[in-house]
Amino acid sequence: MMPASSGQACSTCLPIGSDGDLAYVRQQVRQYAAQLGFGLVQQTKLVTAASELARNTLVHGGGGRAEITPLDHGGARGLRMRFIDEGPGIRDLDLAMTDGYTSGGGLGLGLSGAKRLVQEFAVDTAPGRGTTVTALAWVTPVPPSRTRV
Amino acid sequence: MYVPEQDADESVSRVVSAFLERRQEQIAQRWADAPLFRSVFTVSRDEAIEACKAVLDALSDVAVSGRFEDIDAPGFGTVREQLGRMAATRSRTGSSPAQISAEVAALRGPAADLLREEFPDPAGPEAQQGVLALTLIMGTLRLVVMETALHEGEDLIHRQRQQLLEVATPVIQLWEGTVAVPLIGTLDSARSQVVMESLLEAIVEQRARYAILDITGVPTVDSLVAQHLMKTVAAARLMGAECIVSGIRPAIAQTIVQLGIDLGTVLTRASLADALAYALGRQGIEVSARADARAVAR
Amino acid sequence: MSQPLPGQAQVPVLALGDTLLVSLQGELHDGMAEQLQHDISSRIATSRVTGVVLDISGVEIVDSFLGRVLAEIASTARLLAARTVLAGMRPAVAITLVELGLTLHGLTTALDVDRALELLSPEEK
Repeated sequence: MMPASSGQACSTCLPIGSDGDLAYVRQQVRQYAAQLGFGLVQQTKLVTAASELARNTLVHGGGGRAEITPLDHGGARGLRMRFIDEGPGIRDLDLAMTDGYTSGGGLGLGLSGAKRLVQEFAVDTAPGRGTTVTALAWVTPVPPSRTRV
Repeated sequence: MYVPEQDADESVSRVVSAFLERRQEQIAQRWADAPLFRSVFTVSRDEAIEACKAVLDALSDVAVSGRFEDIDAPGFGTVREQLGRMAATRSRTGSSPAQISAEVAALRGPAADLLREEFPDPAGPEAQQGVLALTLIMGTLRLVVMETALHEGEDLIHRQRQQLLEVATPVIQLWEGTVAVPLIGTLDSARSQVVMESLLEAIVEQRARYAILDITGVPTVDSLVAQHLMKTVAAARLMGAECIVSGIRPAIAQTIVQLGIDLGTVLTRASLADALAYALGRQGIEVSARADARAVAR
Repeated sequence: MSQPLPGQAQVPVLALGDTLLVSLQGELHDGMAEQLQHDISSRIATSRVTGVVLDISGVEIVDSFLGRVLAEIASTARLLAARTVLAGMRPAVAITLVELGLTLHGLTTALDVDRALELLSPEEK
């Protein structure tokens, strides 16, 4: 469940308009992840997911922005990443989420692969309405008592 | 005198918040002698006073925001860590959560007494409103302390579980260039992550070319377990090591076939010994009896 | 088709006998990737290159873009009769790739550059 807006610090808003921007997004995510105390493997997963999703925003969404927000819910720390574009939107989300699906000629694992690298994942999209992908991970697995709807 | 509810709330917020700021020193002096602070800060009373003041600052922030009953009020953020440490200290010295909770509750009295003195009529409606607001905030503080204590406990359990997982998944070097992981118990996703990390680290350290995953101790192999195994195999391959899955009992072999699980190109052997023999053979190592073997006494 | 930006570092490609050693470090932008593929192909074609070692020991993140680049380099090399070995993948990267579903099937891998060179040496053929 996506926490609404409690106990969070400011987001870092990063433009995604070029290849170089992707590198910067990776750098920022890495920095936050390290600061929050994620282990090396988790850090690598987060940065890789960010890279995939930001690239999708650039290549399929015509550019957009990333919002990186560190989270602290009663001591449980996490990182939320949002990738937003005003592009054409995804016509068939179910199809796009299946492994091996590609529309761009690449290895195109994009969404389904990135989903496996994080703990919470949501896609908000519609043809003509753009796309927002939200990915979230907690430093330690969050026990059910702590997640708030 | 009729005061619209919202204005009344705001003015109570301001009164309580101002009180907590103005009388911080006096309240802190009383709290420093209360069981909670006294037992945590055993060496320095000054430290206890500092801690009390930090909590009072936070409470003042919460009061001014009017969120008396909200444990997520930003004001608490600044003292969460400190409260957590205090609760951890108390529980380490044997206090139960109920006792810690009672100790926090005991802080209310001294503060309420001082608050009543602020009003011209200590028993009047305004004083009562103020004390009520203070009571609500102190109640919320109690919940925050309990939440941080609970979280510390969950953190500890998680850390211990991780340690247990690591201890339960040793990676053994069987021979030059060959490591083995005897998997014992269920192979769930958390365990599988630990196995992968330990195995890959060992492959780097031992410069292993072969990794044997022995599943003799894994009770059942279903498609999920198979998936975890395949991921581990794939990860080892990416680092130039070949995996052999050993310990496949006949019953397990049947289950795998019946479930239609495809192990792809993964090498399998019935026993760890067979897997080791294979790995040694591939590295040009032959194991044979010594010429004087018969001379060895039995 | 993008050109590498002025001042942008090139990926070092070293010739060791008839093997090319490509040391990838840190970020690989689109322009650099294309330039690299072009470099490798022309060197294989013009000199006696029979092996390519892609050293990724300095790479912290491999996403699907980089994965594709690596796979393409190997495919191109194969067409030009050279073998490619991917060396030095970090454990965290391997775990992430596997979770991502990118198994880089078909790419020969080695623990490090030494092992990769062993694999490519004539005795192995």
